[in-house]
Amino acid sequence: MTAEATPALVEGAAADPGTPGPAAGRGPRARTAAAYLRYVAGKLAGAAVSLLAVLVTSFFLFRLIPGDPVKFMTGGRPVSAEQLAAYRREFGLDLPLWRQFAHYCGKALTGDLGTSYQFRTPVIDKITEALPNTLLLTGTAFVLYTALGIVLGTRSAWRHGRLGDRLNTGLALTLYSVPSFWLGLLLIIVLSVGVGPVPGLFPTGGMESGGKEGFAYAVDVAHHLVLPVVTLVAVEYGQTLLVTRSALLDEMGGDYLTTARAKGLRDDQVRRRHAVPNALLPTVTLVFVNLGRTVAGVILVETVFSWPGLGGLFYQGLSVPDLPLVQGLFFFFASAVIVMNTLADLLYPLLDPRVGR
Amino acid sequence: MTADTTATPGPRTLTRQRRRASAARFWKQYRTHRAGVVGLAALVLCVLVALTAPLTVGADVRSVTDAPGGPLESPSARFPLGTDQFGRSLLGLVIWGSRVSLLVGLLAAVLSVAIGTLIGITAGHFRGWYATVMMRITDWFLVMPTLVLAIALATVMSRSLGTIVVAIGVTTWPTTARLVRAQTLAVESRPYIERAKALGGGHWHVMSRHVLPNVMPLVLAQTTLIISTAILTEATLAFLGLGDPTGVSWGGLLQDAREAGAVSSGDWWYLVPPGIAIAVVALAFTLCGRAVESVLNPRLGVSR
Repeated sequence: MTAEATPALVEGAAADPGTPGPAAGRGPRARTAAAYLRYVAGKLAGAAVSLLAVLVTSFFLFRLIPGDPVKFMTGGRPVSAEQLAAYRREFGLDLPLWRQFAHYCGKALTGDLGTSYQFRTPVIDKITEALPNTLLLTGTAFVLYTALGIVLGTRSAWRHGRLGDRLNTGLALTLYSVPSFWLGLLLIIVLSVGVGPVPGLFPTGGMESGGKEGFAYAVDVAHHLVLPVVTLVAVEYGQTLLVTRSALLDEMGGDYLTTARAKGLRDDQVRRRHAVPNALLPTVTLVFVNLGRTVAGVILVETVFSWPGLGGLFYQGLSVPDLPLVQGLFFFFASAVIVMNTLADLLYPLLDPRVGR
Repeated sequence: MTADTTATPGPRTLTRQRRRASAARFWKQYRTHRAGVVGLAALVLCVLVALTAPLTVGADVRSVTDAPGGPLESPSARFPLGTDQFGRSLLGLVIWGSRVSLLVGLLAAVLSVAIGTLIGITAGHFRGWYATVMMRITDWFLVMPTLVLAIALATVMSRSLGTIVVAIGVTTWPTTARLVRAQTLAVESRPYIERAKALGGGHWHVMSRHVLPNVMPLVLAQTTLIISTAILTEATLAFLGLGDPTGVSWGGLLQDAREAGAVSSGDWWYLVPPGIAIAVVALAFTLCGRAVESVLNPRLGVSR
C-alpha cells in the first residue's frame, strides 16, 4: 500500500524532457500529470497482480480439501458410479488440474463463478441478488462509523489526557474488544425480544416484514436496518477513532499550528483548517486497509440478524459446506477489497500532493 | 538494548546486569500506565483461573451424559450462572473454556508473530527483488479480509485446535512484518552494523545478533496485541461452527446458546458470561500491548 515504486516515478518525471513551450507555467503541470499517470499505471498493475493472486488462491485453496468433492456434494447419499461420473462431468472435475484452473480463470473473468451445490443456481446470480442488501447495510454503517470515529477521535486528541478523552478511548477500546456477533445477539435479546418490562422495539432479523410498498416499505427496511447498523458501528468506530487520534497527536507538535495560532486564528479554526486535514490521510488510508475487517463484521452481523446479504449467504455456504458458493464469495470479497483499496490509492494524490511524487 | 558488548571482563555478567537494569526501567515506566496495570492484573487472574481449572471445576463439566442440573435453568445458588441445554453448569463451562481461548490465542499469536518477524527481518536485511516480492505479498495479505481467509482455511482443513491456530497464524502476520521491516531498516542504517560487517559478520550474524535483539521489544508488544485479535478470531470461528467440536470454548458456548434458542426465549444469562469473558481477556491484552508499545515508543502517543 505504500509507494514502493515511487522513487522510479520521481526519476522518470525528472528525466522527462518536459514541454518546450515558452510559458513557464505549463512545464511543471504537465510533469505532474505525467507523474500521476505513471503512479496510476503502477497502482493498476499492482492491483492486477493482486487480483490474479486472489484467483490462484481461491482455486487452489479449495482443492486442499481431503476427499472427493463429489462425495462432499452428494452428502453421503448412496449414489451409483454413473451418477458420480455425471456429477464430475457437470462440474468439470474429470479434467486434469491445470485445465481445471485454466477453465476456472477463464470463467471467473467472464463473471461465471460456478454453480452452487445447494441452490443449483449460478453463484454469480446469488451474489448479484444479495449484493444490494449488503451494500445498503455496509454503506450505511461505513459512513456512520467513519464519521463518528473521525469526529470523536479529533475531539479526543484535541483534549488529550482529559476525562472526556479517557472515557472516549476507553469505550472505543472496550467495544473494539467485544465480539460483534455477541453484541448483536445481546441487542436482539434486549431490544427485539425484550427483557422484563422492556418491550420488543425492533424486529429480530430479516430485512422486511413483507406486504409493504412505497414509503411504508422504506420505513420498514429502515426499521430492520437499525440494530445491524448499530452493531457494526459499535464494533468498528473504535479503530477509526484511535487512528485519527494518534494521527492528530502526531500533527499537534507541528510548528505550523503555532504559526496559525500566532496569526490569531481561533482554536477550532486551527483544528479544522490546519490540523485535521493533515491528520486525515493516515486515517483514510487505514479506513480502507481495514475494509477487510469490516467484511468480517458484515459476515457476522448478517448471520446474527438473518440479513439477506452476502455475509448471510457465506454462512449458509459454510454450514453445508457449499464449496462453489464459499469459493465464489471468497473471490468476490477479496476482489472487492482490492478494488476499493486501489480506488483509494488513486485518490490519495488528489487529497495530498505529497503522495505519488 | 544493543546486544554486543565490548567490555573484556565477564561480558556475560555485564550483559546480564544491563538486561536486568533495562527490565527494571521498563517496569518502572510500565507502572505509570494505569490501564496497562489493570490489564496485566486481569490477565494474571485469567491465566490463574485457566491453569487451576482442572482443580476447581474438573474435566467432568464437559460431560453431557451425567450433567448435574436440568436443561436451561436460570442462575441459582447451585448454578451461579445457570445451566446449558444439557444441564451442565455454565460457570464451570466458562471457566473450562478459558483454557482453549487462552491457549489458541497464545499459540496463534506466537505463530503469527514468528512468521511476521522472519519475513520482516529478512525483507529489511536483503534488499532487492526478494524484499520487493516479500513486501508485495505482505501488502496483499494486509488488505485481504483476514476472517474470510481464515474461514476458508478452517473449512478446507480438519476440525481441530491446530487448524484454528494455523488459520489465525497465517492470516494475521502482515502488520508485524511491516513493523519489523521498518525497524530493521532503521537498525541496519546505524554505523555499528557496518562495523560488524567490516569485521566479517555474515548475514546470519547481523540478523540474529544485532537486528533481532533490537526488534524484540517491538515484537513483544505486537504479540500482546495480536493475542487479543487471535482470541476474538477463535471465538468467531467457533461461533461459525468451525471450532474444535470436542472442546469447550467461549465462542462454542455462544454458538450452543444460539442453537438452543437462548436468543428467542430471552435467556440472556446464557449469552452474557462467555461474551464478557471474551471481551475482558481481549481488552486486557489490548491494554497491556498498548502500554508496552507506549513505553517502548513514547512518540506514538497512543496511550494515556
